[in-house]
Amino acid sequence: MQVIVDFDVCESNAVCMAIAPEVFEVRDDDFLYVLVENPSEDLRDKVEEAVRRCPKQAIRLEG
Amino acid sequence: MDAIVVVGASLAGVHAAAALRRDGFVGSITVVDAQAHRPYDRPPLSKELLTGRFGPDDIGLRSAVDLDVTWRLGSAAVGLELNSSGADGAALGGRLLLDDGELAFDGLVIACGASARTLPDAGGPDAGGPDGVGVLRTLDDALALRSALDDGLSSVVVVGAGFIGLEVAASCRQRDVAVTLVEPMAAPLGRILGDDVGLALAGVHRRHGVDVRLGVGVQRVTAAAGDGSGCDVHLDDGSVVTAQRVVVGIGVVPNTDWLQGSGLTIDNGVVCDETLWAAPGVVAAGDLARWPSARFGSMLRVEHWDHAVASGEAAARRLLAGADAPAFDPVPWFWSDQYDTKVQLVGMAGADADAEVVSGSLDDDRFAVVYGRNGRLTGVLGVNRPRHVALMRARVEQGISFDDAVTAARDL
Repeated sequence: MQVIVDFDVCESNAVCMAIAPEVFEVRDDDFLYVLVENPSEDLRDKVEEAVRRCPKQAIRLEG
Repeated sequence: MDAIVVVGASLAGVHAAAALRRDGFVGSITVVDAQAHRPYDRPPLSKELLTGRFGPDDIGLRSAVDLDVTWRLGSAAVGLELNSSGADGAALGGRLLLDDGELAFDGLVIACGASARTLPDAGGPDAGGPDGVGVLRTLDDALALRSALDDGLSSVVVVGAGFIGLEVAASCRQRDVAVTLVEPMAAPLGRILGDDVGLALAGVHRRHGVDVRLGVGVQRVTAAAGDGSGCDVHLDDGSVVTAQRVVVGIGVVPNTDWLQGSGLTIDNGVVCDETLWAAPGVVAAGDLARWPSARFGSMLRVEHWDHAVASGEAAARRLLAGADAPAFDPVPWFWSDQYDTKVQLVGMAGADADAEVVSGSLDDDRFAVVYGRNGRLTGVLGVNRPRHVALMRARVEQGISFDDAVTAARDL
């Protein structure tokens, strides 16, 4: 499972960070950082929820 | 359950259909909508679509792509006939009446949203008002305003400083249109965020050149005196503002007229139980669902984007899971982008809540505010502080004490 963020679309709403802080972090500079690009399977439900709840539809998953 | 009909190719309706498939429903799903457009995302309508950054092809709902459903777009729901269910509740379902036919269903998701309120005495052209008065709710509304902007619109009056009004004002200023923003309350969003925060947001708009008129209502809108193009907006204080266009953003009304007489309880929305169940085999989601929240101790009806996704998914699960489905009681979350200002609230604030600024100050372009009631944390607002909102979200869900929340938020 690979996490891909379209940073041209991302507006750092940080919804993903609230849902899956293991994977996503918005730092004080207001930019989103993907902490783990290939998260383990036990995080799949959380990451998929983050994909669905991103208000900019900026996150997708491959694999 | 073999056949589920979803009324509304909306964010809530699409996410309901997607959740049904994800949870293994293999029967037929038909999604009905009065609008002929493919499902689209609304937040860009007042922002990127107006500023020109996006076109209509850029705002399709990604979750609707490759969704295994039958689309019936351009068909309006006009009535609902529910089967009378026996004591065992076995005879779920009924018939959905459309303006061009009907559909039988075992399960129904009502997610057809709400319509923009119009000025009672001004209306638009349809209501006998002058040309140039409009609302911003649908893609067609947004395209009409976009077209006027592309044609060199030079002045607009925005009536109502709610989220739509504020975003339209910002988008118009970004296109160098002269904007007058009229709001009858003392501050924008005062009832939601309190007057202090609302006035801070009014300041953002003033710094961007908006003529913000607070505490003054609109009496009527007439065709402009003189050469006849544009509108005269007559205000309560006797002044008249002339503009080429008027955009009215004074809230919405749930689209429930077609449900009168169906047996559902209609009262400022479709009244549901705590699982979004409205009647046997019928659930509601999105802007028109009204349900009892134990968390907030009241009936809620929420118009936010995130709520549409969450309630759509929860309503779908309720249809499949039956009465064992958990109560739907999430913490609401919304955002609004105006210029380069991102406003986010998780939870609830309110005009009479306790409020403490925990980062920055209301005069800055970045600050965070913690809201509480009866000593408990109820909400966190971030203005260009997404990190505070994200990190405090779990604490709002836990309902920690207001004092602990203030301390925790100051430490972020």
